[in-house]
Amino acid sequence: MRAPLEWLAEHCDAGLDPGELATRLAMTGTEVDRIHHHGVANLDAFVVGRVLSTEPHPDADRLTVCRVLIAEGAETQIVCGAPNVAAGQTVAIARPGAIMPDGTKLKKAKLRGVSSDGMILAEDELAISSDHDETIVLPEDGLVPGQALVGVLPISTEVLELEITPNRPDCLGIYGVAREVHAATGAPLAAPPWDEDPGSLAGDVPAQVAVEAADLCPRFTARAFEDVTIGPSPMWLKARLVAAGQRPISNVVDITNYTMLLTGQPLHAFDLDRIAGGRLVVRRAGAGEQVVTLDGQTRTLDSDVCLIADDDGPTSIAGVMGGLRSEVQPDTTRVLMEVACWDGPNIHATSQKLGLRSEASGRFEKGLSPEQAMEAQIVATTLMLELTGARLVPGTIDVGGPGPQARVVGLRDARVNGLLGVEIDRAESAQHLTRLGFEVAERDDRLDVTVPHWRRNDVTREADLIEEVARLHGVNDRLPSTLPSRRGAAGILTAAQRARRRAEDVLAGRGLHEIVGWSFEAPELDDRLRLPAGDPRRRHVVIENPMSADQAVLRTTLLGSLLQAAAHNAARGQGVPGIFESGAVYVATQEQLPHEHRALGALVPGDVFAAKGYLEALLRALRIDAAFSASPQPFLHPGRSAEVRVGESIIGWVGDVHPLVYRAWDIEPARGVQAAGIAAFEIDLDLALDGLDTIPRYVDLTSYPELREDIAIVVDAALPAATVLETVRAAGGKLLARAEVFDVYRGEQIAAGRTSLAIALTFRAKDRTLTDADVAPIREKIVARLAKDLGGELRG
Amino acid sequence: MIDRIAELRAEAEAAIAGASHSAELEDLRVRFLGRKAELPNLLRGVGQMAPEQRGPTGKAANQARQGLEALIAERAGQLAAGELESKLVTDAVDVTLPGDPSQPVGRLHLLTATRREIEDVFHGLGFKIAEGPEVETVFYNFDALNHAPTHPARGRLDTFYTAEDVVLRTHTSPMQVRAMQAEPPPLYVIVPGRVYRRDSDATHTPQFHQIEGLAVDEDITLADLKGTLLAFARAIFGPDREVRLRPHFFPFTEPSVEVDVSCFHCTGGYLRGGARCPVCKGTQWVEILGSGMVDPNVFGYVAEHGYDPERVQGFAFGMGVERIAMLKHAVPDLRLFYDNDLRFLEQFG
Repeated sequence: MRAPLEWLAEHCDAGLDPGELATRLAMTGTEVDRIHHHGVANLDAFVVGRVLSTEPHPDADRLTVCRVLIAEGAETQIVCGAPNVAAGQTVAIARPGAIMPDGTKLKKAKLRGVSSDGMILAEDELAISSDHDETIVLPEDGLVPGQALVGVLPISTEVLELEITPNRPDCLGIYGVAREVHAATGAPLAAPPWDEDPGSLAGDVPAQVAVEAADLCPRFTARAFEDVTIGPSPMWLKARLVAAGQRPISNVVDITNYTMLLTGQPLHAFDLDRIAGGRLVVRRAGAGEQVVTLDGQTRTLDSDVCLIADDDGPTSIAGVMGGLRSEVQPDTTRVLMEVACWDGPNIHATSQKLGLRSEASGRFEKGLSPEQAMEAQIVATTLMLELTGARLVPGTIDVGGPGPQARVVGLRDARVNGLLGVEIDRAESAQHLTRLGFEVAERDDRLDVTVPHWRRNDVTREADLIEEVARLHGVNDRLPSTLPSRRGAAGILTAAQRARRRAEDVLAGRGLHEIVGWSFEAPELDDRLRLPAGDPRRRHVVIENPMSADQAVLRTTLLGSLLQAAAHNAARGQGVPGIFESGAVYVATQEQLPHEHRALGALVPGDVFAAKGYLEALLRALRIDAAFSASPQPFLHPGRSAEVRVGESIIGWVGDVHPLVYRAWDIEPARGVQAAGIAAFEIDLDLALDGLDTIPRYVDLTSYPELREDIAIVVDAALPAATVLETVRAAGGKLLARAEVFDVYRGEQIAAGRTSLAIALTFRAKDRTLTDADVAPIREKIVARLAKDLGGELRG
Repeated sequence: MIDRIAELRAEAEAAIAGASHSAELEDLRVRFLGRKAELPNLLRGVGQMAPEQRGPTGKAANQARQGLEALIAERAGQLAAGELESKLVTDAVDVTLPGDPSQPVGRLHLLTATRREIEDVFHGLGFKIAEGPEVETVFYNFDALNHAPTHPARGRLDTFYTAEDVVLRTHTSPMQVRAMQAEPPPLYVIVPGRVYRRDSDATHTPQFHQIEGLAVDEDITLADLKGTLLAFARAIFGPDREVRLRPHFFPFTEPSVEVDVSCFHCTGGYLRGGARCPVCKGTQWVEILGSGMVDPNVFGYVAEHGYDPERVQGFAFGMGVERIAMLKHAVPDLRLFYDNDLRFLEQFG
């Protein structure tokens, strides 16, 4: 919403400089995006002039050399390009030094060899309209050459660009903003411009209106004007429209726009002679019914769209856009001024559905009051009579009438103070509310507040009134800073939140960098990850209205994000970095909402063991007891990948990334000390932490020492070490505390197809120091079991 | 005889004191106390002495031997320490070379670091952390937060839909209602999380992160909101910060305020060189979040969970993690957060 200060001041002049006014408005709830200057600057350089004589330019057909009186006894020469310039005209002059609306500074110039000391101005040069064909010719009456132009034409104003919140459609009009200025500053508010109605309610309007869809059209008013002369609007009106961001078109159209900008209520002018049958019907569209809107487009409607039709069919999409057929034309002489109130949600839905937004729909969808329709009708009547030579046909069509009776809301003193935490006395509250147009009545413990029609939708409860009082009282300077009493509140992380932080810290502490990827991805990613049909990771949450095809679905794994970050860095000469991400992934389900879980994934240069090292470190840090077993994944090396199990659950995978996959991201791993390759893991952190015992309990490991023995066992090379360890543990019994592989050997010293595993056995008893005599039989039992179950032989 | 012992002792003491390295000292030990040395032999010969001489002579010889042994041990310790010192001196290295093996340093992403920093501030203020789904129902995202049916945020131009009644949450606020359903008042909770809006340019990305705050009790006031956010602003942006509340509109708070923090980058809106401050644009205030008192209609949706709008009241706020991080660390472009370029990541966390 653009509010030219020159216009605003006509209704409420706060007498403040624009910056100060903007601050006052901002601190009472009307945000000012910026203040811009509209029109010209260095106003001393703009004066009234009189053309004394003209003669053709010697070297240019279209130019005229004018002698111009620019002050009592001061003449100068100006070269002018407009065809209408003539001796005797009173004109608008810009002298050298003038700053034009686009910011350029006017200088003395030579045009085709003839010097020109300034400019005779056309409307566009003063930002009054876009008209550049003719210079402005001012009325002679009372104007003296040399007189400042600023008092004659609206050539300069500051404009407040306001951000009006959606609950305040009443502030989408200058008068509504003036009311806010009044409330915020106390400056007097002029009487509403609709205070005096030059029209009449009774009479015979030469048109008929039938509202069939009353639910979508709470009020429809119309007045008829005859003997209308279509022509340009006066400069003051055009200047205000331009300053407010509208393009002047012709007087009748400009009046509808001007009235809308002043009152916030959109209007539509019909050419009464182009309304077939002289009859308008407000109804729901038939399915598939079409209308050609003012922008020349054919729109197809459905039965939720409200339209205005005449005997030849639809003419307008109600509240959104007028129709081409009954638009005011240059030859129009009879105008039917329609001002209606439309159902906000319906206008919103229509505008969304048709992808058609207009000044009108943007206002109606926020919910205007039926009373506003008549206010705008009165303002438009005044202007029609003043500016178009029209004659008003007596009478007003009014279907629906004013809105429901005004609501009375109680405002308890105790509640005001209790919610805000500051004492505001009742008299002050009453003053704020009165200035905003509320009526107040004193009661014992409260004010009874009557809500004006233009706030009917916004203010319905006590809390809404408290907001009004609070914002005008000031929520900043006059509000203390206190802290809540915090009964029973303790701020702590849950065990899972702590564990998640720890997991991230473990990886960062070991040199990996955390990334934050996109939740979105391209559906094609599934192919790049080689996911087969039916893979659960193909069950994406699909976005119905993505911003681009690359962001059409939500990720089901972090691997795409990790590969993308790796590719970004690799492509910039930074090699494949060690990275991880901790974030959500999403799998569509039969339920309304998808399954979301917090995943933790990492990608590192190296092989499966490099990745597994990080994964084991974080699992150990969290005291999660996990098991690994060979298991393929479509995107991993088939012989170098494992699933990760915790209890009965598979919580994730680890492995070498399949070369075809990393190549699909244009990543070539560097050949270094590590095995050439890229490895990754991903776990479902929610699942991993589920049921985790987070309070460690003391175990006595210090009273008696452990006893360690190493054995080397030769087994079939295809046999997983995990199987060997399981067998060892099973045979080791209670006294075997741990069994861990610490070395692997394959080579000349043992048979082909066999592997030697060096295993550290740690024995411990709760109640005594173990001796070799205690352990020797267990060791023998383990070796025997390995031999029997797995064909293992003790080495050396 | 006793004189001889004293003589030997004096001679040995002088020699020991003069010994300049361990080997020499060992020679002295052999010379004075060794098997063939005079003093031990004197001792061995005590038995042949006259009985009245035996006592004093034996005693003197013993004392001399013990004294010398102690002296040698002491001197040996001195010499060894000196010799170790000289050896260490020759073992010098270039300590300006890097550590080996060098220990890698990874970093948390700036968004994580900032989020945790903010979480920790609110922990200190007594808030717990709740998290909720990113794919959310229209009910929780809009309806229960009192958004009018025509609220523009509901439009498909602004919000990602995955079904007629399911969206990618546009804010962390849906967790307000979920948190109240899960736990009766008093409730002090913050909700960090990822949110989505259909916007993409230097200052908007279609995904970003927010932290929601909600405090509900019988007597929470707007002044409490101000005090809480003042504490937050000072913790994050420095102890000299002030906050400024400006009235605003949000569907789910009433009254609603936007909160500015006094600029931490300039003095009076201008930099030292005289240029206008790029952070506050010369206004001396920087907008950091939106907030307000929880709208009674929101409580209406959870009234049966103990949130009678006539009995409880509270405040809510929501801030952008990216925005806080950008302000605090002078990050110029939002998109840098999601490029994950190492040269960016290494600078923070």
